[in-house]
Amino acid sequence: MPNLKNLKVGDKLPERDHHPTNVSLFLYNAAIWNPHRIHYDERYTTEVEKHPGVVIDGPLQGDWLTQVVVNWLGDDGQLIEFEYSNRRASMLGETLTSGGTVTSIKGDTATLDIFIRNEAGDVVTPGTATVRIDA
Amino acid sequence: MGKLITDEIRSWIGRADEPIRLEVSRRDIVKYSLATEQLNEKYLRGDEAPPMFLFGTDRALTPIDELGPDGLRRDPLLPDLPLKRVMAGGVKQRHLLPIVPGDVLLIRRSITDIYDKQGSSGALIFIVYDVSVTNANDALVMQQTQSRIIR
Repeated sequence: MPNLKNLKVGDKLPERDHHPTNVSLFLYNAAIWNPHRIHYDERYTTEVEKHPGVVIDGPLQGDWLTQVVVNWLGDDGQLIEFEYSNRRASMLGETLTSGGTVTSIKGDTATLDIFIRNEAGDVVTPGTATVRIDA
Repeated sequence: MGKLITDEIRSWIGRADEPIRLEVSRRDIVKYSLATEQLNEKYLRGDEAPPMFLFGTDRALTPIDELGPDGLRRDPLLPDLPLKRVMAGGVKQRHLLPIVPGDVLLIRRSITDIYDKQGSSGALIFIVYDVSVTNANDALVMQQTQSRIIR
């Protein structure tokens, strides 16, 4: 959990590995009521939409980005704003890693670069966040 | 503006859906929190919704026999485009109030931009939506900009 007195630009947020499965993607898409076949129908996804495999939802990666921030903040601050861009599709079977870095601190407000990275080390979903940290 | 975007498609900018009324339940928060493998107890107990909880609630629920061959519901706020494959593009979201069980939210969605771009694997069309969420007191809870990519 961040301490405003000791927080520095360049501080890293804890990274987390994500191992989505058929079951976890099913539950996520059921929770958001998303019936798009690219998230559960491998044959359709590869033969019709020409993806190399079942696609890991972009907004799920967005959720993981928010978790990087809120898990780091704990009860010591609030996520005010965030944004992300799904730059490259990721497929079931890949392990993705979420993380972030403090990029600026002004008063009780900090900005962060946040990312989802694939096993090759490429950032597939970059983002930023603004947080307020309790004194 | 690129050649894929006709005047008819461009005329969709500014159009809005019928607002959607959403009653937030603890069970729905818990389902979402488990599905996304949240670690924070307040989300897992359903005391408060995680930041991305509302994703997808800006679109009306559709009977199964009205879904398209890709599984997607026909979106009344998506013009007829020369490209057909839909992908998530990204989100920008500002939180003003926490979302908790019992909240009754009004979700409004409108198109704010449509443009095309040449991607590494071909042409892409971007549809940009503004989504605003207010509570029963008409206070703004969340403001979101969401983009969908059609390839």
